[in-house]
Amino acid sequence: MANDALEIDAVEAFYGDSHVLHGVSFALAEARLLGLLGRNGAGKTTCMNVAMGILSPRGGRVAVYGADVTGQPPESIAAQGVALVPQGRRIFRSLSVRENLQVAARPPRGGGQQAPWTLTRVYETFPRLEERKHQLAGHLSGGEQQMLAIGRALMSNPRVLLMDEPSEGLAPQIVAEVMATIRRLKQDGLSIVLVEQNAKLVFNIADDVVILNSGRVAVAGRTSELAGRGIDLHEHLGIY
Amino acid sequence: MNLTVVLAINSVTLGGLLFLLSAGFSLIFGLMRIPNLTHGSLFMLGAYLGATFVIWFKLDFWLAATLSALLVALFGGIVERFLLRQLAGQQQAQVLVTLGIAFMIADVCLMVWTGDPIAVETPQWLVGTTNLLGVVFPVYRLAVILIAVAIAVVLWLLLERTRLGAMIRAGVDDPEMARVVGIRVSRLFTVVFCLGAALAGFAGVIGAPILSVYPGLDFDMLPLALVIVILGGTGSLLGSFLGSFIVGFIYNFGQALLPELAYFVLFLPMLLMLLLRPQGLFGRHVP
Repeated sequence: MANDALEIDAVEAFYGDSHVLHGVSFALAEARLLGLLGRNGAGKTTCMNVAMGILSPRGGRVAVYGADVTGQPPESIAAQGVALVPQGRRIFRSLSVRENLQVAARPPRGGGQQAPWTLTRVYETFPRLEERKHQLAGHLSGGEQQMLAIGRALMSNPRVLLMDEPSEGLAPQIVAEVMATIRRLKQDGLSIVLVEQNAKLVFNIADDVVILNSGRVAVAGRTSELAGRGIDLHEHLGIY
Repeated sequence: MNLTVVLAINSVTLGGLLFLLSAGFSLIFGLMRIPNLTHGSLFMLGAYLGATFVIWFKLDFWLAATLSALLVALFGGIVERFLLRQLAGQQQAQVLVTLGIAFMIADVCLMVWTGDPIAVETPQWLVGTTNLLGVVFPVYRLAVILIAVAIAVVLWLLLERTRLGAMIRAGVDDPEMARVVGIRVSRLFTVVFCLGAALAGFAGVIGAPILSVYPGLDFDMLPLALVIVILGGTGSLLGSFLGSFIVGFIYNFGQALLPELAYFVLFLPMLLMLLLRPQGLFGRHVP
């Protein structure tokens, strides 16, 4: 069997003395979109930080296409083809839009049939970024910053894209735009983890859903199977 | 020539030297988030090496300056790779290590070059004065200013117009995110540390004919670099450029007009800046 694009296996993670993830396991299959749900503080962002190498897990294993990357620094995991659209966007505010994209550029890994991500292709996807390419990224609107954060992640030609609450703080219309982009990326064959608080968004787009509760996997399964279990979800996500 | 003009010339010259010192200090501070307390020592080390090359080895002054810059860069690279790197993430320990090395350099210099000040002569063809817009200007000081401005332009181009420069600025903005997008920030640390050391060493040599070389030069220069970076903002080239000339003026005029309060006058703006605008004139984050 082919390896999963991203595998999180029995991960234990701490912030200082605080035990945040308790044996979390899930796998993202190739070319699928996994929605990671949970309340504030459930451990979603911590999962992303562990997967990206920002936080080293104390136990467990992280693998990218079968290659063990546990404990590796972020730049090495990035070189394995993982890219993160972080919570709060964290674009480089004092770089221009174009520079934000350029510093993240990485040639595609061999064997890909898809057209590689270049400045031109990112500008085609997000025309607004091209209009503002010489502006400082710090001067962009929230929605534009989110597009830039996504574009920056794509510039590394990733195999696995981690998106941490890309809808946060955006107007509904922009959220719809961002979701449409994510859908397109999925159709292009990218493997995506989408972290969200908004269950509705996730159930609309995800192939698989994992719900975290207090640092443990509470529910996991295919979206189609979970969609009918409304009561179950309420318990773990609060009221939506 | 009246006193104000002389002081102004000296201020601009010192500003140029200080820019070479503080540009690297500021970038290191911005990127690695530590004040490199050996920076004044790197300036002094460059000055001693340059003086040695010029006086004992009879090398050409500019060759000596370049050679010293390279040696000081090498030394900086060793300190970064083998000491600071081992303490990655422990900023307090890194600062203390840089302070310790500063004292060790001072001791070694005292041992090797003794406590007597060494005068370095101005290169022959730059002796004398020239008339610049009606002001009699010492040629060598003019050369120092021009070199500082030329290096400022080159550094600006490097930082603002190249991908490496954008990566360095990304690292100053958000080091963790820079690593996430695949930038090898630790390699940038080494590059920037060596570059900063080279500039400091070079400044030490070209400053030698003006300041001469003596024990204590290191800790005469370090506070100036600190004030400049607090005024201008960490990690900002423009900030250290303007800050250098501001400090050049405050230092010279303060010493001439209020000698008893020279340090007071120098550090007061720093204190005010820290209280009112802690990120400095052009800084992006609070030091």
